[in-house]
Amino acid sequence: MTLQEYTASAHNFEECMKCTICTAYCPVVPVNPRYPGPKQAGPDGERLRLKDPYFFNKALKYCLNCKRCEVVCPSGVKVADIIQAARIKYDRSKPKIRDRMLAGTDFMGTLARPFAPIVNGMTGLGATKAVLDATLAIDRHRTFPKYSAHGFEGWLKRHAREQAKFERQVAYFHGCYVNYNFPQLGKDLVKVLNALGVGVQLLEGEKCCGVAMISNGMTREATRHAQHNVSVLQKAVDKGLTVVTTSSTCTFTIRDEYPELLKVDNAGVRDALVLATRYIYQALESGAATLRFREDYHARIAYHTPCHLEKLGWGLFSQELLKMIPGVEFILLDSNCCGIAGTYGFKKENYEASQAIGKPLFDQVEAVNPDFIACDCETCKWQLEMSTGYTVKHPISILAEALA
Amino acid sequence: MKRNDYDVIIVGGGITGAGTARDCAMRGLKVLLVERHDIATGATGRNHGLLHSGARYAVTDQESANECIRENMILRRIASHCVDETDGLFITLPEDDLNYQAKFVESCLAAGISAEILDPKEALRMEPSVNPDLIGAVKVPDGSVDPFRLCAANMLDAKLHGAQVLLYTEVTEFIKEGDMVKGIRTFNHQTHQSAEYYAAITVNAAGIWGHHVAEMAGVPIGMYPAKGALLIFAHRVNDVVINRCRKPANADILVPGDTVCVIGTTSTKIPFEECDNVRVTPDEVNLLIEEGAKLAPALASTRILRAYAGVRPLVSADNDPTGRNISRGIVCLDHETRDGVKGFISITGGKLMTYRLMAEMATDLVCRKLHVDKACETATLPLPGSERKSFKEVAEQIWENPTTAQKATAGRLGTGAARIKDTSPLGQSLICECEEVSVGEIDAAIQRLDVSNLVDLRRRTRVGMGTCQGELCGCRAAGLLARAHGCTERARADLKDFMTERWKGMYPIGWGDALREAEYTQWVYKHVLGV
Repeated sequence: MTLQEYTASAHNFEECMKCTICTAYCPVVPVNPRYPGPKQAGPDGERLRLKDPYFFNKALKYCLNCKRCEVVCPSGVKVADIIQAARIKYDRSKPKIRDRMLAGTDFMGTLARPFAPIVNGMTGLGATKAVLDATLAIDRHRTFPKYSAHGFEGWLKRHAREQAKFERQVAYFHGCYVNYNFPQLGKDLVKVLNALGVGVQLLEGEKCCGVAMISNGMTREATRHAQHNVSVLQKAVDKGLTVVTTSSTCTFTIRDEYPELLKVDNAGVRDALVLATRYIYQALESGAATLRFREDYHARIAYHTPCHLEKLGWGLFSQELLKMIPGVEFILLDSNCCGIAGTYGFKKENYEASQAIGKPLFDQVEAVNPDFIACDCETCKWQLEMSTGYTVKHPISILAEALA
Repeated sequence: MKRNDYDVIIVGGGITGAGTARDCAMRGLKVLLVERHDIATGATGRNHGLLHSGARYAVTDQESANECIRENMILRRIASHCVDETDGLFITLPEDDLNYQAKFVESCLAAGISAEILDPKEALRMEPSVNPDLIGAVKVPDGSVDPFRLCAANMLDAKLHGAQVLLYTEVTEFIKEGDMVKGIRTFNHQTHQSAEYYAAITVNAAGIWGHHVAEMAGVPIGMYPAKGALLIFAHRVNDVVINRCRKPANADILVPGDTVCVIGTTSTKIPFEECDNVRVTPDEVNLLIEEGAKLAPALASTRILRAYAGVRPLVSADNDPTGRNISRGIVCLDHETRDGVKGFISITGGKLMTYRLMAEMATDLVCRKLHVDKACETATLPLPGSERKSFKEVAEQIWENPTTAQKATAGRLGTGAARIKDTSPLGQSLICECEEVSVGEIDAAIQRLDVSNLVDLRRRTRVGMGTCQGELCGCRAAGLLARAHGCTERARADLKDFMTERWKGMYPIGWGDALREAEYTQWVYKHVLGV
């Protein structure tokens, strides 16, 4: 390599020009004075940490990992990646039982689902919430998502034969939420894709994408999941299948966090993994398929773009699909983090910050007064439903109910 | 004694002058130190900041090597807050002669320097950034030392022991009575006033400028200014000093210092007229990058912060008028015995590493002349800030759960960090974001360390030494100085000087990220701040 050939440094954090726009856009900075902000925590802090790991600041845990800093950075600095990588490298504190519980979506789901009615009843109780708040520091305002007695995987296996009849096929990375909590979203996806003439099949044993493990310091577990998922995805790719998803965060994690944070090579599968709304939009746009919608469908829909979807740059596909439905009055909500950030907002110590971050969004929803909110992210959904009282539907579910 | 009478006047506010002032003051002398600029503006602040083990000189100069290792061990004790005990490697690359290694190790051991041959793989584990093609490595007790901090701490301790320090005060003339130097006439560049100061002994500790100082006193010293250029990289690529195991040559030392690392140096003889304004040439920059990348290949793609150069005060041996036989050793001249000029001595040559020994030698001579019989204690008594070994202990003791900035403060000031009491949100807010310097730390420096402008402030706090090179901190620090001095206009002019000085160092390496940042900074200053 020629000396100093690439005028930009090979060390990404050195490309920071200190313009501080990341800190100006960070949702945490205005609500939590203990958080040093993305520039300080990221590229600035990195130089000190390289000098001595002693300079690692525990306050980095306040980062939501929403990636808004990276979206706005004009220098292409991977600010949030630097922060998360520093947490992985330097934070020696062990995850608490609570953090393991919150992060173990797969494990908890498998455990809870057979007893879904009982578990759902229990977690909804005020007394249970008070106990969780006192013992595990899970904020009492939060309600755990309900578990579904029948998982999505089982359902799709039962319908595998009819799905196989479609000439065009996709594989579906459904994620924990669809499997354990809300199989209806998976069923809605199958309905919409079938209407496009596409059959849906399961991957050969997907696991939780691991996003909650990453943010709760369970890097080793997350890496194991990542390696497993990449190999499973590779099998689908080898069969020539596109893999669609409905969770923006799972998608983002597999595409970007695996190689950047977990150092798991996903080059062979990255491009094959797409959000279903993008897949559908492109199918319609190319003229390869059409959808027929009900004529009596009417809804005033406020759409919230999840942070990770903004980072992917794919919010547009969900938005445009919703606009295609006749009878939809579409309102795009301002870009604003809802504040939940996965398991972050469930933690008692983050509750106030979490709600303060989302407040402008909640206020706007109330001002707009839609029939319901549309959003591609399950944790945004919990936050918005709890904080605004409005129902949140996934764009795929909206498409499904509007189909003729 | 009259107000302007002293036992000893020291000319020069570099590390030698500061160390000598401290030593003299600790032996009970009444001391005045005059410096025409600020502390550490010459070679003191313009070198690698390498805490030599002496290994570099072991083969060629056993005496210097032995001085280095002894002073190395002393500085670890007395200046712990200025020293980073990193250790060093002497690596052999395929193009070097591996036979040199045996001779090198033997010479190190003879000089009292521990030198351990490492397997190249082990060396790579110890320092992952080192050139993986290395065929040999020797571990030695090198380290890094912050010369600004070291100089400021010596100056502070001299003052705590009663010395008076006059900065921006230039010697214009010696007051002589026959063959006797009785004192100095000075001009203060800030107040524009002249003054006279008297002392039994005047010590010339002016580095390369000592050549002219001696001339002014009527004695010749054959000095040879040798420019050395260096590059600063934007982060610590290496945690261990990396040297080449061969005869000392250009650009063969890479030193991790604080948040950066420094490659150097070159060696070019320059005329005396250039000593006040040395510039780094494109050829020097190329050579430094090229040779540096052989030590640590990552340097080829690491952002460069700035380039700078210093001038070594080399002295030709007295018996060699041609100047060919140049010593890098310590030169302590008693001009009474050498030239018949009484009351005047010069302490020069030497290195940053051996400043304390130089100071001891000069002070011993002063004491002999003044018939003062008190032993030197500078090798045992710690400098202010170094009363405790570990800055981490200091930080944890002062603050419960210290912030990154508080940890950085403890790293810079050692136990002196306890003086920064301003724990208000304003006091804790950052002036320099790259190096994490708080308002409280700046205010403390202004009050305690003779700061008259932003460049002075930089030398004492690292403000403006980080990646942004003053982009964010310059204007904020100017605000604090304006408050302290009660003059906005002065701070405005000062800010301009400060930024010009920052740009001077960025100019030779003006490409890539450094250029982008410089452009952005210019935009901020010109169009946003209207400076």
